[in-house]
Order: sequence, then C-alpha cells, then structure tokens
Amino acid sequence: MNLSNMLAAIPGMSRHNSASVRTEGVWIALILMLIFAGLRYDAFLSEYNIMTFLSYNSMFVLIGLGMCFVIMTGGIDLSVGSVVALSSVVVASVSHLGIEVALPVGILVGVGAGAINAFVITKLKIVPFIATLAMMLGARGLALVISDNQSVPVSWESNFTQFGLGKAFDFLPWPIVTMLVIFAICWVLLEKFSFGRHLLSVGGNEDASKLMGLQVDRTLFSVYIISGALAGVAGVMLASGYGAGQPLEGMGWELSAIAAVVVGGTLLTGGVGSMTATLLGAILLGLIFNILNFENGLGSISFSAYWQSVIRGGFLLVVVVIQAKIINRQTMLKS
Amino acid sequence: MNNLALKDQQNSNIAIKNNMIIEKLKQHGTLLAFLFLILVNILITPNFLQIQTLYVNLTQVATVAIVAIGMTLVIASGGIDLSVGALMALAGTIAPLIFLSDFALMSPVLGLTLAILVAILAAAMGGLFNGFLISRYNIQPIIATLILFISGRGIAQVLTNGELQTFDHASFEFIGTGRIFGVPFQAIITIVIALSMAWVLRRSIYGRFLLAVGGNEQAAKLAGVPTAKIKMITYMICGALAGVAGIITTAINSASDANQTGQLMELDAIAAAIVGGVLLTGGKAPILGALLGACIIQLVGYTLLANGVHDAVAMIAKAIIIIAAVYMQQMKGAK
Repeated sequence: MNLSNMLAAIPGMSRHNSASVRTEGVWIALILMLIFAGLRYDAFLSEYNIMTFLSYNSMFVLIGLGMCFVIMTGGIDLSVGSVVALSSVVVASVSHLGIEVALPVGILVGVGAGAINAFVITKLKIVPFIATLAMMLGARGLALVISDNQSVPVSWESNFTQFGLGKAFDFLPWPIVTMLVIFAICWVLLEKFSFGRHLLSVGGNEDASKLMGLQVDRTLFSVYIISGALAGVAGVMLASGYGAGQPLEGMGWELSAIAAVVVGGTLLTGGVGSMTATLLGAILLGLIFNILNFENGLGSISFSAYWQSVIRGGFLLVVVVIQAKIINRQTMLKS
Repeated sequence: MNNLALKDQQNSNIAIKNNMIIEKLKQHGTLLAFLFLILVNILITPNFLQIQTLYVNLTQVATVAIVAIGMTLVIASGGIDLSVGALMALAGTIAPLIFLSDFALMSPVLGLTLAILVAILAAAMGGLFNGFLISRYNIQPIIATLILFISGRGIAQVLTNGELQTFDHASFEFIGTGRIFGVPFQAIITIVIALSMAWVLRRSIYGRFLLAVGGNEQAAKLAGVPTAKIKMITYMICGALAGVAGIITTAINSASDANQTGQLMELDAIAAAIVGGVLLTGGKAPILGALLGACIIQLVGYTLLANGVHDAVAMIAKAIIIIAAVYMQQMKGAK
C-alpha cells in the first residue's frame, strides 16, 4: 500500500474535517417543520415554548454530541443514559454545597464512567458495544444502590437549582447557555484541532491510523471520557431542573442520542461526523414531540404519549434506510 | 535417531494431552462456575436446598433462557438483537387482547389458540422486519434492531393505551403457573425449545448455514449459502422466542403490562448468551450453553437477593460477569 492510497483510506486525512456529512437534508426538514408548526399553532413561537423546548432538549443535545464523538471513531456508547442517572443522584446528594461543587462532581462521575469504558475497550480489547452495555448496567445499579431506589431531593437553599431553572441575564435559561457553550467547544475541538482529524482517521481506518503513528488508544480514551463527561453534565441539568436526583431516569436516552446522531447524517461506520448535524438532529427529534403535543392540544387528533415512541422509531427507520442506501451506493461506486 | 523421534512424538503426545485437559477445563468453565455458585449457595444461603427454591428459580429463569436461546442464534450469525424486550411486551399484550375479545368468549379453545399463535406470529414478524433491514439494506444490527426497541414497546403501549390488562383465565395462566408432575410448565417449555433448537442446529441445513454465515459471511455467500434468507430466518426465530417469553411473562402475572414486560431483557439475554459461550464474532451457537448462562445469571441474582444484598447490586454483578466472560473468551481465542 503506498502512501497516497493510505491517506485516501483515512477520511480525516484526505479531506476537510467534516466535509462528508451533508446537512442539507436535516436543515430542510427542520425548517419545513418550523414553518408548519409556526403557522399552525399560535403558541409555538412564543418565548415560553421556545425556551422550555430548548431547555429540556439541551440534555439530549449534550449526550448526542458526546455520542457523535464516539460514533465517529466507529464505536458506540450505550451507557450514557445510566451515567446521566448516576450523575443526577450523586450531584443531588452534594447539592447543598452549591453548583460550584456539584457541577465538577457530576462531570467527574461521567469522566470516571467514561474512563472505565475506555479502559475496557482499549486495554481489555472488548468491543465498545459490550463494554458500554456492561457500564449501562453497572452505572444504573450503582445509581440505584446509592439512592436506595428513591429519588434524591436536592437542596433549594443553595444556588444548585439555578443551573437548571435559572436564567442568565434574566433572559436565557442556563441549560441553553450551557448547551451552546459546550456545542461551541465540541465544534472547535472537532473542526480546528488535530484531535478532530485524529478521531476521524481512527474511525475511518483504525489499523491505517496506527501505522501512521497516531495514538489510537489515547484518542479512544478521549472520546469515551468526553461522552461520559457530557452525560455527567446532563445529569446535573436533570437534577437541578427537576429538583431531584433520579436513579430511574435516562432509560433509553442512549438510543435517543444515537438517533440524534444518525438523523444528523453522521455515518455509523465511523470516519465522518458533524457536531452541527448532531445538534440539528437532536432538535429535530425533540421537535416531533413538541409538534405532537401541540397537535393534541388542538384536539384534532388524539395521540397518546405512547405514539411518540412509535413515531420516533418510524422516523429513525426512514433515516437509517436512506443512509444505508447512500452508503451502499458509495461502496458500489468504489468497487 | 529413531529413538529421539519417538521421544519427540511422546513428548508432543503428552503436550497434546495436557492441552486437552486445559481445553476441557476451559470448555466446561461455565459449568464449573455454575457448580461453584451452587456450592456457595449451599454454604451461605438459608433454605437453599429445598425443592421450593428450585421451583422459584426455574420459574424465573425460563423467560431469560428462552430469549437467550434466540439471542445465541442471532449472535452466532454475527449480529445482535436489542428488540427482544420490546417484542416480549408486544406479544404479551396481543395475547390477552385476543382471548378477552368477544370472539374468544364464544369459542374459548379457538380463541386461546389464536391468541397464542397471533402473539408469537407478531413477534416473529418483528424479527423478520429486523432481519430484512439487516440483510437487505446492510444496516448494522444494533441500529436496525434499535428501531423496534423504541417502537415495538410503543406499539404495545398504544394497543392498550399503556394500561395494565388484568384477566382471570385459568387455561392461559397455566402457561405461567401450571405444573406438570410438579415441574413448572414454563421450565418444560424452555427445555423442549432448547433441545429442539440444539437438534436443529446440529442436524438441519439451516444450522450449518447459520454457522457458516456467522463464521465468514463473504465465504459463505461465495459458497452459495443464501445468507440473506438465513439471517432473516434467524432474526425471525429470535423474535418468535421473545414472543413465547412475553406470553409466559403475561401468564405468570395474570396481567399484561406493556410498560414493564421484558424491560432490560435484552441485557439479560445477551449476558446469558455470552456467559454460555457464544462468540461475539459469530460462528458458534452453544444452545445448551445459553441455558446454563441464563441459570448462572439467575443464580447470581438469587444469591444476592436471598442474602439480603441490595437488589441493584445484582446489576453491577451482571456487568462484571459480562466483561469477565467476554474477556476470558477473547483470551481463549488469542491463544
């Protein structure tokens, strides 16, 4: 294999960092839905709806962004939902010390879980799917043990609940601010740092990356730690926004995160990915429920909450099939 | 000279013999672990050596074991099925809907037969859908089965509006609570399924083809194995078995609960299959191993519970068991 072939085999090396994710589709879908909902429901574009919608979905954006990093390396992190729950329980019990303490603690919980995932994956050489599946069980179990199966009330005396319920400059809710800041950091990390290129090349072709002298294990460690840390932050948001650490919350969130990444157009085969697309994907999925709620409110249809999961699955189906067709065509063209 | 060669021969014979003993030990590692667990229980768990304990465990292990058998087939084909819990909920919900209908009240026998058949068929169709996505569009099994993981339970919830359906139907409840010669009926179902699947794998063309597909799909395809068909059948069997487990769960509870039936079952089934010795890389399908794996998972949970340990500790224990089992499997493979 000569060098140019090798370079061509590594997407991150041969192209602009995230050029191969096409975001037009998700943009168009998002705009169409916004126009539809804006015209149809009076309260849809109200400040209240926009703020609550974005506040609630910022948790999903965070774990989606973390998942995107992981998926770009060709892995998967099934433990994020449980880590959110674990983090929420732990931070709730230190909430009387204020957010200055609780937030780092929450992040630390996530980093710990992510580091264990990374250790099992890189050192014990266990596939990401199984390693993080075990963490999904383990973190959930730990959350239940710590909280003794109960939700853990937070302290309302300290500034802890400000993080979930307060507003920056009396205008923008803190969860949205947090989400935007973290999104910006993730974007810069992926697009402007060599870390971004490294992780894309690891996802594109791990063996080739190793031969090129990239520190594959270190890159993998970083992505699982990022994913864990973001789940940790989401856990702090959950506890402070809902006034309790909730050991049973977050079930199935890993799947929402994966869905957000996939809907955004990031390929599950690794090697390509985009933070913007993931952000849009998470918001798009959230928007479906928001619109359903409004539609129920109009009374023209009566969709129970249970339809949401059916529709979410149907949506995922459409996206995945389209993606599969694109991938299959690409591989056919290559060969 | 001749003598030396003979000595060499003898030496290598001894080496082979030693290897064989180690191999045997490794092969039966699962069995040894199981026996060890029983021994520990005899020593520490009060009232362990009672027929009642056996029945309780048999009743609880049946559903996990049945689903684990299906999961073993799927993993042997090189895939994974996350939707089994959701398909359990679907089948468990459909059955009472049919045998409680007016039609079934008029002809109870036909109604009950239909209820069971349609419920299993629905779950099998779910499996077929998974298999179709995976073989037709080359979608990764994790993602393809994620769709029904989300939507399958949703459909079950929509069908019942998320409400508990209770019933009083002696012949249906027999599936979950009946005994034949004192042995719980579902344990008999499990053994019949396990034996027949083991026979199918050993004796039928399907069994050979399945292992060929899992071992090396490309080679199998070139050799003329209908890989797509084999995969679809495999996921269909897995779905159908999940359906059987769903019916049993509903029968045990005398109620169908779309929200709870089969929750986290995918994890238990994957854990049982892996502990049972199925290779994540495919190509090996130890059905009786899955049975044993399910027993181990069950017994670990029971041991902790019977000794007053917090019930969530069992989840952490399962997580460690999964990692340990895969790790040991890989050590074996590396040699």
